[in-house]
Amino acid sequence: MHLLQASLHPRRSTVRTSSLIAVALMAVTACSHFRSAPSPDIATVKVSAHQLYRASVRPGVVPIPVRRLQSWTLHIDTVDGRPIDVATITMNGGMPQHGHGLPTAPRVTRAVGTGDYLVQGVKFNMGGWWVVRFAIASSAGTDTVTFNLSL
Amino acid sequence: MTSTVMSRSRTVRVLVGLGAVALVTSMIGTVRRRPARWTPEELALLGSLSIRTLEPLGDDPSNRFATDPRAASLGRQLFFDARLSGNGKVSCATCHIAAQDFQDGKPLADGIGRTARRTMPIAGTAHSPWLFWDGRADSQWAQALGPLESGVEHGGSRTQYAHVVAEQYRAEYEAVFGALPDLTGLPRRAGPVSDTTWRAAWHRMEVGRRDNISRVYANIGKAIAAFERRIEPGASRVDRYVDAELADGRHTPETSLTSDEEAGLRLFVGRARCVTCHNGPLLTDDHFHNTGVPLPRVELPPDSGRAAGGRKAVAGEFNCTSPYSDAKPEDCQELRFAVTEGPELVCAYKTPSLRNVAGRAPYMHAGQLASLSDVVAHYAAAPAAPFGRSELKPIRLSPNEQRQLVAFLQALTGPLVAPATYLEIPALRR
Repeated sequence: MHLLQASLHPRRSTVRTSSLIAVALMAVTACSHFRSAPSPDIATVKVSAHQLYRASVRPGVVPIPVRRLQSWTLHIDTVDGRPIDVATITMNGGMPQHGHGLPTAPRVTRAVGTGDYLVQGVKFNMGGWWVVRFAIASSAGTDTVTFNLSL
Repeated sequence: MTSTVMSRSRTVRVLVGLGAVALVTSMIGTVRRRPARWTPEELALLGSLSIRTLEPLGDDPSNRFATDPRAASLGRQLFFDARLSGNGKVSCATCHIAAQDFQDGKPLADGIGRTARRTMPIAGTAHSPWLFWDGRADSQWAQALGPLESGVEHGGSRTQYAHVVAEQYRAEYEAVFGALPDLTGLPRRAGPVSDTTWRAAWHRMEVGRRDNISRVYANIGKAIAAFERRIEPGASRVDRYVDAELADGRHTPETSLTSDEEAGLRLFVGRARCVTCHNGPLLTDDHFHNTGVPLPRVELPPDSGRAAGGRKAVAGEFNCTSPYSDAKPEDCQELRFAVTEGPELVCAYKTPSLRNVAGRAPYMHAGQLASLSDVVAHYAAAPAAPFGRSELKPIRLSPNEQRQLVAFLQALTGPLVAPATYLEIPALRR
Protein backbone atom coordinates (compact mmCIF):
# COMPACT_ATOMS: atom_id res chain seq x y z
CA MET A 1 0.00 0.00 0.00
CA HIS A 2 2.79 2.40 0.86
CA LEU A 3 4.54 1.56 -2.38
CA LEU A 4 1.35 2.16 -4.38
CA GLN A 5 0.87 5.59 -2.79
CA ALA A 6 4.46 6.42 -3.56
CA SER A 7 3.96 5.64 -7.23
CA LEU A 8 1.01 8.04 -7.38
CA HIS A 9 2.94 10.78 -5.59
CA PRO A 10 6.20 11.01 -7.43
CA ARG A 11 8.01 12.92 -4.72
CA ARG A 12 11.46 11.56 -4.90
CA SER A 13 12.08 11.49 -1.16
CA THR A 14 8.95 9.36 -0.52
CA VAL A 15 9.85 6.96 -3.32
CA ARG A 16 13.38 6.66 -2.07
CA THR A 17 12.30 6.09 1.54
CA SER A 18 9.75 3.46 0.55
CA SER A 19 12.24 1.70 -1.69
CA LEU A 20 14.84 1.64 1.04
CA ILE A 21 12.33 0.23 3.52
CA ALA A 22 11.30 -2.42 1.00
CA VAL A 23 14.89 -3.41 0.29
CA ALA A 24 15.68 -3.49 4.01
CA LEU A 25 12.62 -5.66 4.70
CA MET A 26 13.56 -8.05 1.89
CA ALA A 27 17.08 -8.32 3.29
CA VAL A 28 15.80 -9.04 6.80
CA THR A 29 13.36 -11.66 5.48
CA ALA A 30 16.02 -13.29 3.37
CA CYS A 31 18.41 -13.46 6.31
CA SER A 32 15.86 -14.92 8.67
CA HIS A 33 14.84 -17.70 6.26
CA PHE A 34 18.15 -18.55 4.68
CA ARG A 35 20.64 -18.51 7.46
CA SER A 36 23.39 -20.83 6.33
CA ALA A 37 27.13 -20.88 6.92
CA PRO A 38 28.17 -18.74 9.86
CA SER A 39 31.63 -18.83 8.35
CA PRO A 40 31.89 -16.78 5.19
CA ASP A 41 34.93 -18.76 4.13
CA ILE A 42 33.65 -20.75 1.18
CA ALA A 43 36.90 -20.55 -0.76
CA THR A 44 37.60 -23.50 -3.02
CA VAL A 45 41.37 -23.11 -2.62
CA LYS A 46 42.62 -23.69 0.92
CA VAL A 47 45.87 -24.20 2.79
CA SER A 48 45.90 -27.29 5.03
CA ALA A 49 45.73 -27.00 8.82
CA HIS A 50 49.51 -27.33 9.33
CA GLN A 51 50.31 -25.53 6.10
CA LEU A 52 51.81 -28.55 4.36
CA TYR A 53 49.52 -28.41 1.34
CA ARG A 54 47.54 -26.05 -0.80
CA ALA A 55 44.43 -27.86 -2.01
CA SER A 56 41.55 -26.95 -4.25
CA VAL A 57 38.28 -28.63 -5.12
CA ARG A 58 36.47 -28.54 -8.43
CA PRO A 59 32.90 -29.91 -8.27
CA GLY A 60 31.85 -31.80 -11.39
CA VAL A 61 28.60 -29.83 -11.61
CA VAL A 62 28.17 -26.15 -10.73
CA PRO A 63 26.09 -25.00 -8.97
CA ILE A 64 26.51 -28.03 -6.75
CA PRO A 65 23.26 -30.01 -7.00
CA VAL A 66 21.37 -31.41 -4.03
CA ARG A 67 20.34 -35.11 -3.90
CA ARG A 68 22.52 -36.08 -6.86
CA LEU A 69 25.69 -38.17 -6.84
CA GLN A 70 28.58 -36.27 -8.30
CA SER A 71 32.31 -36.49 -8.85
CA TRP A 72 34.79 -33.84 -7.82
CA THR A 73 38.40 -33.16 -8.67
CA LEU A 74 40.73 -32.50 -5.74
CA HIS A 75 44.01 -30.83 -6.57
CA ILE A 76 46.94 -30.93 -4.14
CA ASP A 77 50.17 -28.92 -4.26
CA THR A 78 52.80 -28.31 -1.67
CA VAL A 79 52.51 -24.77 -0.33
CA ASP A 80 55.32 -23.75 -2.68
CA GLY A 81 53.34 -25.00 -5.66
CA ARG A 82 54.72 -28.49 -6.47
CA PRO A 83 51.93 -30.95 -7.40
CA ILE A 84 51.56 -33.99 -5.13
CA ASP A 85 51.03 -37.04 -7.33
CA VAL A 86 51.29 -39.81 -4.77
CA ALA A 87 49.15 -39.46 -1.67
CA THR A 88 46.72 -41.39 0.48
CA ILE A 89 43.58 -39.34 0.85
CA THR A 90 40.39 -39.88 2.81
CA MET A 91 37.33 -37.67 2.83
CA ASN A 92 34.62 -37.01 5.39
CA GLY A 93 32.32 -34.18 6.30
CA GLY A 94 28.84 -33.23 7.34
CA MET A 95 26.62 -30.45 8.58
CA PRO A 96 27.97 -28.91 11.80
CA GLN A 97 24.64 -27.24 12.61
CA HIS A 98 22.74 -30.51 12.27
CA GLY A 99 25.30 -32.84 13.77
CA HIS A 100 25.23 -35.37 10.95
CA GLY A 101 27.74 -36.55 8.40
CA LEU A 102 27.65 -36.91 4.66
CA PRO A 103 24.83 -39.07 3.25
CA THR A 104 27.34 -41.09 1.22
CA ALA A 105 30.87 -42.37 1.76
CA PRO A 106 32.80 -40.58 -1.01
CA ARG A 107 36.28 -41.77 -1.86
CA VAL A 108 39.29 -40.68 -3.83
CA THR A 109 39.22 -43.41 -6.45
CA ARG A 110 42.28 -42.55 -8.51
CA ALA A 111 45.10 -40.13 -9.07
CA VAL A 112 44.62 -38.40 -12.39
CA GLY A 113 48.11 -36.86 -12.49
CA THR A 114 49.72 -33.42 -11.97
CA GLY A 115 48.27 -33.23 -8.47
CA ASP A 116 44.68 -34.04 -9.48
CA TYR A 117 42.60 -36.76 -7.80
CA LEU A 118 39.15 -38.03 -8.76
CA VAL A 119 36.69 -38.00 -5.85
CA GLN A 120 33.58 -40.11 -6.48
CA GLY A 121 30.38 -40.66 -4.55
CA VAL A 122 29.94 -37.06 -3.37
CA LYS A 123 26.37 -36.20 -2.44
CA PHE A 124 24.53 -33.59 -0.39
CA ASN A 125 20.96 -34.34 0.56
CA MET A 126 19.88 -30.89 1.74
CA GLY A 127 20.67 -27.22 1.45
CA GLY A 128 22.63 -25.35 4.13
CA TRP A 129 26.16 -25.22 5.49
CA TRP A 130 28.28 -28.28 4.72
CA VAL A 131 31.89 -29.02 5.62
CA VAL A 132 34.10 -31.46 3.71
CA ARG A 133 37.50 -32.51 4.97
CA PHE A 134 40.34 -34.29 3.25
CA ALA A 135 43.05 -36.05 5.25
CA ILE A 136 46.17 -36.13 3.09
CA ALA A 137 49.22 -38.30 3.70
CA SER A 138 52.22 -38.09 1.37
CA SER A 139 56.00 -37.91 1.57
CA ALA A 140 55.49 -34.24 2.50
CA GLY A 141 53.63 -35.29 5.69
CA THR A 142 50.14 -35.77 7.03
CA ASP A 143 47.67 -32.90 7.19
CA THR A 144 43.99 -32.06 6.75
CA VAL A 145 42.27 -29.45 4.67
CA THR A 146 38.71 -28.29 5.21
CA PHE A 147 36.26 -26.66 2.80
CA ASN A 148 32.96 -24.97 3.61
CA LEU A 149 30.03 -25.12 1.22
CA SER A 150 26.83 -23.16 1.36
CA LEU A 151 24.17 -24.94 -0.70
CA MET B 1 13.23 28.50 -14.74
CA THR B 2 9.45 28.93 -14.96
CA SER B 3 9.23 26.76 -18.06
CA THR B 4 11.26 24.07 -16.28
CA VAL B 5 8.82 24.10 -13.37
CA MET B 6 5.83 23.91 -15.76
CA SER B 7 7.48 21.09 -17.65
CA ARG B 8 8.00 19.17 -14.40
CA SER B 9 4.43 19.80 -13.38
CA ARG B 10 3.19 18.41 -16.74
CA THR B 11 5.42 15.38 -16.35
CA VAL B 12 4.03 14.76 -12.89
CA ARG B 13 0.45 14.99 -14.22
CA VAL B 14 1.24 12.54 -17.02
CA LEU B 15 2.85 10.10 -14.58
CA VAL B 16 -0.09 10.35 -12.18
CA GLY B 17 -2.46 9.72 -15.10
CA LEU B 18 -0.52 6.69 -16.28
CA GLY B 19 -0.41 5.34 -12.74
CA ALA B 20 -4.17 5.72 -12.37
CA VAL B 21 -4.78 3.94 -15.68
CA ALA B 22 -2.51 1.10 -14.60
CA LEU B 23 -4.31 0.85 -11.27
CA VAL B 24 -7.78 0.74 -12.84
CA THR B 25 -6.64 -1.78 -15.45
CA SER B 26 -5.32 -4.06 -12.76
CA MET B 27 -8.52 -3.75 -10.72
CA ILE B 28 -10.98 -4.56 -13.52
CA GLY B 29 -9.16 -7.73 -14.58
CA THR B 30 -10.50 -11.07 -13.35
CA VAL B 31 -7.01 -11.92 -12.17
CA ARG B 32 -5.44 -9.76 -9.55
CA ARG B 33 -1.74 -9.17 -9.28
CA ARG B 34 -0.56 -9.92 -5.80
CA PRO B 35 2.19 -7.91 -4.27
CA ALA B 36 5.48 -9.80 -4.37
CA ARG B 37 5.76 -11.37 -0.95
CA TRP B 38 8.47 -13.93 -1.52
CA THR B 39 12.10 -12.96 -1.79
CA PRO B 40 14.02 -14.12 -4.87
CA GLU B 41 15.78 -16.71 -2.69
CA GLU B 42 12.48 -17.99 -1.34
CA LEU B 43 11.00 -18.14 -4.83
CA ALA B 44 13.97 -20.20 -6.01
CA LEU B 45 13.44 -22.56 -3.08
CA LEU B 46 9.71 -22.80 -3.79
CA GLY B 47 10.47 -23.52 -7.44
CA SER B 48 12.68 -26.43 -6.43
CA LEU B 49 9.64 -28.04 -4.75
CA SER B 50 7.39 -27.84 -7.81
CA ILE B 51 6.49 -31.16 -9.40
CA ARG B 52 7.37 -29.46 -12.69
CA THR B 53 11.05 -29.79 -11.76
CA LEU B 54 10.86 -33.58 -11.32
CA GLU B 55 13.27 -34.94 -13.88
CA PRO B 56 11.82 -37.54 -16.26
CA LEU B 57 12.82 -41.06 -15.33
CA GLY B 58 15.77 -42.31 -17.29
CA ASP B 59 16.48 -45.94 -17.98
CA ASP B 60 17.10 -48.21 -15.02
CA PRO B 61 20.45 -49.84 -15.84
CA SER B 62 19.69 -52.66 -13.41
CA ASN B 63 16.40 -53.47 -15.18
CA ARG B 64 16.62 -53.42 -18.95
CA PHE B 65 12.90 -54.24 -19.14
CA ALA B 66 11.88 -51.20 -17.08
CA THR B 67 10.54 -49.26 -20.05
CA ASP B 68 9.10 -52.24 -21.95
CA PRO B 69 5.29 -51.82 -22.05
CA ARG B 70 4.86 -55.60 -22.31
CA ALA B 71 6.79 -56.00 -19.07
CA ALA B 72 4.62 -53.28 -17.47
CA SER B 73 1.48 -55.04 -18.62
CA LEU B 74 2.66 -58.35 -17.15
CA GLY B 75 3.77 -56.52 -14.00
CA ARG B 76 0.31 -55.04 -13.59
CA GLN B 77 -1.22 -58.52 -13.73
CA LEU B 78 1.28 -59.87 -11.22
CA PHE B 79 0.81 -56.88 -8.90
CA PHE B 80 -2.88 -57.69 -8.47
CA ASP B 81 -2.59 -61.50 -8.50
CA ALA B 82 -3.12 -63.13 -5.10
CA ARG B 83 -1.85 -66.46 -6.43
CA LEU B 84 1.55 -64.96 -5.72
CA SER B 85 1.17 -65.76 -2.04
CA GLY B 86 1.38 -68.68 0.33
CA ASN B 87 -2.37 -68.80 0.99
CA GLY B 88 -3.66 -67.49 -2.35
CA LYS B 89 -5.19 -64.46 -0.67
CA VAL B 90 -2.46 -61.80 -0.65
CA SER B 91 -1.33 -59.71 -3.60
CA CYS B 92 0.80 -56.56 -3.73
CA ALA B 93 -2.51 -54.71 -4.00
CA THR B 94 -3.70 -56.09 -0.65
CA CYS B 95 -1.58 -53.47 1.10
CA HIS B 96 -0.86 -51.15 -1.84
CA ILE B 97 -4.48 -50.25 -2.59
CA ALA B 98 -4.70 -48.33 -5.85
CA ALA B 99 -7.67 -46.21 -4.77
CA GLN B 100 -5.82 -45.18 -1.59
CA ASP B 101 -2.58 -43.88 -3.06
CA PHE B 102 -1.29 -47.47 -3.11
CA GLN B 103 -1.23 -47.79 0.69
CA ASP B 104 -3.62 -49.29 3.24
CA GLY B 105 -4.23 -46.71 5.97
CA LYS B 106 -3.10 -49.12 8.70
CA PRO B 107 -0.34 -48.58 11.29
CA LEU B 108 1.14 -51.98 10.39
CA ALA B 109 0.52 -53.84 7.17
CA ASP B 110 -1.47 -57.08 7.21
CA GLY B 111 -0.38 -59.80 4.80
CA ILE B 112 -0.47 -63.44 5.76
CA GLY B 113 0.46 -62.15 9.17
CA ARG B 114 1.00 -58.70 10.68
CA THR B 115 4.17 -56.96 9.60
CA ALA B 116 6.35 -54.64 11.66
CA ARG B 117 6.13 -51.67 9.30
CA ARG B 118 3.71 -49.17 7.80
CA THR B 119 2.89 -49.75 4.09
CA MET B 120 4.63 -47.15 1.94
CA PRO B 121 3.00 -45.59 -1.13
CA ILE B 122 4.35 -46.35 -4.60
CA ALA B 123 3.96 -43.21 -6.73
CA GLY B 124 7.29 -41.67 -7.62
CA THR B 125 9.40 -44.31 -5.87
CA ALA B 126 11.23 -45.12 -9.11
CA HIS B 127 13.13 -41.86 -8.53
CA SER B 128 14.45 -43.04 -5.20
CA PRO B 129 17.83 -44.71 -4.78
CA TRP B 130 16.60 -46.64 -1.73
CA LEU B 131 13.35 -48.48 -1.13
CA PHE B 132 11.67 -49.56 2.13
CA TRP B 133 11.71 -47.51 5.34
CA ASP B 134 15.25 -48.73 6.00
CA GLY B 135 16.39 -48.60 2.37
CA ARG B 136 17.31 -52.27 2.27
CA ALA B 137 16.54 -52.46 -1.47
CA ASP B 138 18.22 -50.31 -4.09
CA SER B 139 15.60 -50.56 -6.84
CA GLN B 140 11.88 -50.99 -7.28
CA TRP B 141 12.37 -54.51 -8.62
CA ALA B 142 14.52 -55.59 -5.69
CA GLN B 143 11.93 -54.07 -3.35
CA ALA B 144 9.07 -55.99 -4.96
CA LEU B 145 10.83 -59.31 -4.27
CA GLY B 146 11.15 -58.76 -0.52
CA PRO B 147 7.49 -59.04 0.52
CA LEU B 148 6.86 -61.97 -1.85
CA GLU B 149 9.08 -64.24 0.26
CA SER B 150 8.42 -62.63 3.63
CA GLY B 151 6.68 -65.05 5.98
CA VAL B 152 4.26 -62.34 7.21
CA GLU B 153 3.54 -60.66 3.86
CA HIS B 154 2.91 -62.86 0.78
CA GLY B 155 4.33 -65.88 2.56
CA GLY B 156 5.19 -67.83 -0.59
CA SER B 157 8.36 -69.08 -2.19
CA ARG B 158 10.11 -68.59 -5.49
CA THR B 159 9.48 -72.07 -6.97
CA GLN B 160 5.76 -71.54 -6.32
CA TYR B 161 5.91 -68.22 -8.13
CA ALA B 162 7.80 -69.77 -11.06
CA HIS B 163 5.00 -72.34 -11.33
CA VAL B 164 2.35 -69.55 -11.29
CA VAL B 165 4.15 -67.71 -14.08
CA ALA B 166 4.53 -70.90 -16.15
CA GLU B 167 0.87 -71.86 -15.68
CA GLN B 168 -0.76 -68.43 -15.94
CA TYR B 169 1.56 -66.06 -17.78
CA ARG B 170 3.92 -68.18 -19.89
CA ALA B 171 3.31 -66.37 -23.20
CA GLU B 172 3.53 -62.87 -21.70
CA TYR B 173 6.62 -63.78 -19.71
CA GLU B 174 8.45 -65.44 -22.59
CA ALA B 175 7.65 -62.54 -24.95
CA VAL B 176 9.64 -60.26 -22.67
CA PHE B 177 12.20 -62.38 -20.86
CA GLY B 178 12.69 -65.38 -23.17
CA ALA B 179 12.02 -69.05 -22.51
CA LEU B 180 11.17 -70.20 -19.03
CA PRO B 181 13.41 -72.95 -17.67
CA ASP B 182 12.12 -76.50 -17.55
CA LEU B 183 10.08 -76.81 -14.35
CA THR B 184 9.61 -80.59 -14.55
CA GLY B 185 9.95 -82.07 -11.09
CA LEU B 186 10.45 -78.66 -9.50
CA PRO B 187 9.11 -78.58 -5.92
CA ARG B 188 5.88 -76.60 -5.65
CA ARG B 189 7.24 -74.83 -2.57
CA ALA B 190 10.92 -74.08 -2.18
CA GLY B 191 12.98 -70.99 -1.55
CA PRO B 192 15.42 -69.32 0.86
CA VAL B 193 12.57 -68.43 3.22
CA SER B 194 11.82 -68.73 6.93
CA ASP B 195 9.68 -71.87 6.46
CA THR B 196 12.18 -74.62 7.24
CA THR B 197 10.58 -77.27 5.00
CA TRP B 198 10.60 -75.01 1.94
CA ARG B 199 14.08 -73.84 2.80
CA ALA B 200 15.36 -77.41 3.00
CA ALA B 201 13.70 -78.22 -0.34
CA TRP B 202 15.47 -75.22 -1.86
CA HIS B 203 18.87 -76.35 -0.65
CA ARG B 204 18.29 -79.85 -2.04
CA MET B 205 17.99 -78.35 -5.52
CA GLU B 206 21.05 -78.15 -7.74
CA VAL B 207 22.84 -74.81 -7.75
CA GLY B 208 22.20 -74.28 -11.46
CA ARG B 209 18.49 -74.93 -11.09
CA ARG B 210 18.28 -72.61 -8.10
CA ASP B 211 19.91 -69.94 -10.23
CA ASN B 212 17.42 -70.46 -13.07
CA ILE B 213 14.48 -70.12 -10.67
CA SER B 214 16.02 -67.07 -9.00
CA ARG B 215 16.29 -65.51 -12.44
CA VAL B 216 12.56 -66.07 -13.04
CA TYR B 217 11.93 -64.61 -9.60
CA ALA B 218 14.05 -61.54 -10.41
CA ASN B 219 12.12 -61.10 -13.65
CA ILE B 220 8.85 -61.11 -11.70
CA GLY B 221 10.26 -58.16 -9.76
CA LYS B 222 11.41 -56.43 -12.93
CA ALA B 223 7.95 -56.75 -14.48
CA ILE B 224 6.29 -55.37 -11.35
CA ALA B 225 8.79 -52.48 -11.34
CA ALA B 226 8.02 -51.74 -15.02
CA PHE B 227 4.39 -51.32 -13.93
CA GLU B 228 5.12 -49.35 -10.75
CA ARG B 229 7.54 -46.89 -12.31
CA ARG B 230 4.78 -45.48 -14.50
CA ILE B 231 2.79 -44.36 -11.45
CA GLU B 232 3.85 -40.81 -10.66
CA PRO B 233 2.49 -38.04 -8.44
CA GLY B 234 0.61 -35.25 -10.20
CA ALA B 235 0.36 -31.54 -9.50
CA SER B 236 -1.20 -30.37 -6.24
CA ARG B 237 -2.61 -26.93 -5.43
CA VAL B 238 0.76 -26.06 -3.93
CA ASP B 239 2.45 -26.76 -7.28
CA ARG B 240 -0.05 -24.58 -9.12
CA TYR B 241 0.46 -21.80 -6.56
CA VAL B 242 4.24 -21.99 -6.82
CA ASP B 243 4.19 -22.07 -10.61
CA ALA B 244 1.94 -19.00 -10.68
CA GLU B 245 4.19 -17.17 -8.20
CA LEU B 246 7.19 -17.94 -10.37
CA ALA B 247 5.42 -16.91 -13.57
CA ASP B 248 4.08 -13.46 -12.71
CA GLY B 249 2.45 -13.64 -9.30
CA ARG B 250 -1.03 -13.61 -10.84
CA HIS B 251 -3.41 -16.15 -9.37
CA THR B 252 -6.71 -17.69 -10.36
CA PRO B 253 -8.87 -19.59 -7.88
CA GLU B 254 -7.12 -22.76 -9.13
CA THR B 255 -3.67 -21.46 -8.24
CA SER B 256 -4.54 -19.83 -4.94
CA LEU B 257 -3.78 -21.02 -1.46
CA THR B 258 -5.77 -19.90 1.56
CA SER B 259 -4.02 -17.53 3.92
CA ASP B 260 -3.47 -20.43 6.36
CA GLU B 261 -2.00 -22.66 3.65
CA GLU B 262 0.26 -19.87 2.47
CA ALA B 263 1.38 -19.16 6.02
CA GLY B 264 2.02 -22.88 6.43
CA LEU B 265 4.17 -22.89 3.31
CA ARG B 266 6.14 -19.95 4.68
CA LEU B 267 6.74 -21.87 7.90
CA PHE B 268 7.59 -25.04 5.95
CA VAL B 269 10.41 -23.37 4.02
CA GLY B 270 11.32 -21.02 6.85
CA ARG B 271 11.28 -21.20 10.61
CA ALA B 272 9.87 -24.73 10.93
CA ARG B 273 12.73 -26.01 8.74
CA CYS B 274 10.65 -28.86 7.29
CA VAL B 275 12.25 -28.25 3.89
CA THR B 276 15.62 -29.30 5.28
CA CYS B 277 14.73 -32.95 4.75
CA HIS B 278 11.50 -32.65 2.76
CA ASN B 279 13.18 -31.02 -0.22
CA GLY B 280 13.02 -31.32 -4.01
CA PRO B 281 9.94 -32.00 -6.13
CA LEU B 282 9.08 -35.19 -4.23
CA LEU B 283 9.58 -33.44 -0.88
CA THR B 284 12.12 -35.98 0.31
CA ASP B 285 15.90 -35.95 0.51
CA ASP B 286 15.91 -39.72 -0.21
CA HIS B 287 17.90 -40.21 2.96
CA PHE B 288 17.48 -41.61 6.47
CA HIS B 289 17.03 -39.75 9.74
CA ASN B 290 16.40 -40.56 13.37
CA THR B 291 13.63 -38.14 14.30
CA GLY B 292 12.89 -39.63 17.71
CA VAL B 293 9.52 -41.10 16.81
CA PRO B 294 7.93 -42.90 19.76
CA LEU B 295 7.98 -46.66 20.10
CA PRO B 296 5.03 -48.48 18.52
CA ARG B 297 2.15 -49.24 20.88
CA VAL B 298 2.49 -52.94 20.18
CA GLU B 299 5.63 -54.92 20.85
CA LEU B 300 7.63 -55.48 17.68
CA PRO B 301 10.95 -57.19 16.98
CA PRO B 302 14.06 -55.01 17.47
CA ASP B 303 14.36 -52.60 14.57
CA SER B 304 17.54 -50.62 14.01
CA GLY B 305 16.34 -48.92 10.82
CA ARG B 306 19.02 -47.87 8.36
CA ALA B 307 21.78 -49.42 10.52
CA ALA B 308 20.57 -52.83 9.35
CA GLY B 309 19.00 -51.64 6.09
CA GLY B 310 22.25 -50.29 4.67
CA ARG B 311 24.08 -53.54 5.27
CA LYS B 312 21.19 -55.55 3.80
CA ALA B 313 21.18 -53.40 0.66
CA VAL B 314 24.89 -53.93 0.10
CA ALA B 315 24.55 -57.68 0.65
CA GLY B 316 21.25 -57.90 -1.23
CA GLU B 317 20.73 -60.98 -3.37
CA PHE B 318 19.01 -58.83 -6.01
CA ASN B 319 20.90 -55.56 -5.69
CA CYS B 320 22.40 -53.52 -8.53
CA THR B 321 25.67 -55.45 -8.51
CA SER B 322 24.07 -58.89 -8.25
CA PRO B 323 24.17 -61.47 -11.07
CA TYR B 324 20.44 -60.82 -11.60
CA SER B 325 20.96 -57.13 -12.29
CA ASP B 326 21.44 -55.85 -15.84
CA ALA B 327 23.74 -53.06 -14.67
CA LYS B 328 27.47 -52.75 -15.11
CA PRO B 329 29.30 -52.25 -11.80
CA GLU B 330 29.95 -48.60 -12.66
CA ASP B 331 26.17 -48.04 -12.90
CA CYS B 332 25.76 -48.90 -9.23
CA GLN B 333 27.17 -45.74 -7.70
CA GLU B 334 24.62 -45.34 -4.89
CA LEU B 335 25.40 -48.83 -3.67
CA ARG B 336 29.14 -48.40 -4.15
CA PHE B 337 29.26 -45.27 -2.00
CA ALA B 338 26.54 -46.16 0.52
CA VAL B 339 27.17 -45.40 4.19
CA THR B 340 26.75 -48.64 6.13
CA GLU B 341 28.30 -47.80 9.49
CA GLY B 342 27.85 -45.03 12.03
CA PRO B 343 25.73 -44.04 15.01
CA GLU B 344 23.47 -41.76 12.96
CA LEU B 345 22.09 -44.80 11.10
CA VAL B 346 20.65 -46.27 14.31
CA CYS B 347 16.87 -46.11 14.12
CA ALA B 348 17.10 -43.78 11.13
CA TYR B 349 14.27 -44.18 8.64
CA LYS B 350 13.66 -42.89 5.17
CA THR B 351 12.26 -39.40 4.73
CA PRO B 352 8.89 -40.08 3.08
CA SER B 353 7.58 -37.95 0.25
CA LEU B 354 4.91 -35.55 1.46
CA ARG B 355 2.90 -35.72 -1.74
CA ASN B 356 -0.64 -36.84 -0.86
CA VAL B 357 0.41 -37.05 2.77
CA ALA B 358 -2.98 -35.90 4.07
CA GLY B 359 -4.64 -39.10 2.82
CA ARG B 360 -2.05 -41.36 4.42
CA ALA B 361 -2.65 -41.42 8.15
CA PRO B 362 -1.31 -42.90 10.37
CA TYR B 363 2.27 -41.70 10.06
CA MET B 364 5.85 -42.84 10.62
CA HIS B 365 7.45 -46.22 9.95
CA ALA B 366 5.15 -48.14 12.27
CA GLY B 367 2.16 -45.79 12.15
CA GLN B 368 3.03 -44.37 15.56
CA LEU B 369 1.39 -40.96 15.02
CA ALA B 370 -2.32 -40.86 14.22
CA SER B 371 -2.70 -37.50 12.50
CA LEU B 372 -0.81 -34.71 10.77
CA SER B 373 -1.46 -32.56 13.85
CA ASP B 374 0.35 -35.19 15.92
CA VAL B 375 3.23 -35.22 13.44
CA VAL B 376 3.66 -31.43 13.49
CA ALA B 377 3.43 -31.40 17.30
CA HIS B 378 6.09 -34.13 17.42
CA TYR B 379 8.50 -32.12 15.26
CA ALA B 380 7.86 -28.97 17.32
CA ALA B 381 8.53 -30.77 20.61
CA ALA B 382 11.47 -32.84 19.31
CA PRO B 383 11.49 -35.48 22.07
CA ALA B 384 14.56 -37.60 22.74
CA ALA B 385 14.75 -40.75 20.65
CA PRO B 386 13.87 -44.07 22.36
CA PHE B 387 16.96 -45.51 20.63
CA GLY B 388 19.86 -43.73 18.96
CA ARG B 389 19.97 -39.95 18.81
CA SER B 390 17.28 -37.74 17.31
CA GLU B 391 18.45 -35.14 14.81
CA LEU B 392 15.57 -32.84 15.76
CA LYS B 393 15.81 -29.66 17.77
CA PRO B 394 12.70 -28.11 19.33
CA ILE B 395 10.96 -25.45 17.27
CA ARG B 396 8.72 -22.85 18.88
CA LEU B 397 5.45 -23.14 16.96
CA SER B 398 2.19 -21.73 18.31
CA PRO B 399 -0.97 -23.85 18.06
CA ASN B 400 -2.07 -21.56 15.21
CA GLU B 401 1.22 -22.04 13.36
CA GLN B 402 0.95 -25.80 13.78
CA ARG B 403 -2.56 -25.60 12.35
CA GLN B 404 -1.23 -23.58 9.40
CA LEU B 405 1.44 -26.20 8.71
CA VAL B 406 -1.21 -28.91 8.67
CA ALA B 407 -3.31 -26.78 6.28
CA PHE B 408 -0.32 -26.51 3.97
CA LEU B 409 0.36 -30.25 4.10
CA GLN B 410 -3.25 -30.90 3.16
CA ALA B 411 -2.79 -28.71 0.06
CA LEU B 412 -0.13 -31.15 -1.19
CA THR B 413 -2.87 -33.52 -2.29
CA GLY B 414 -2.91 -34.25 -6.02
CA PRO B 415 -3.89 -36.96 -8.47
CA LEU B 416 -1.71 -39.88 -9.46
CA VAL B 417 -0.44 -39.74 -13.03
CA ALA B 418 -0.51 -43.16 -14.69
CA PRO B 419 -1.96 -44.85 -17.75
CA ALA B 420 -5.73 -44.95 -17.27
CA THR B 421 -6.01 -48.67 -16.60
CA TYR B 422 -3.16 -48.77 -14.08
CA LEU B 423 -5.35 -47.66 -11.21
CA GLU B 424 -7.97 -50.33 -11.93
CA ILE B 425 -7.88 -53.94 -10.85
CA PRO B 426 -7.31 -56.10 -13.96
CA ALA B 427 -9.45 -59.12 -14.73
CA LEU B 428 -7.43 -62.13 -13.61
CA ARG B 429 -6.99 -65.11 -15.83
CA ARG B 430 -8.45 -68.26 -14.23
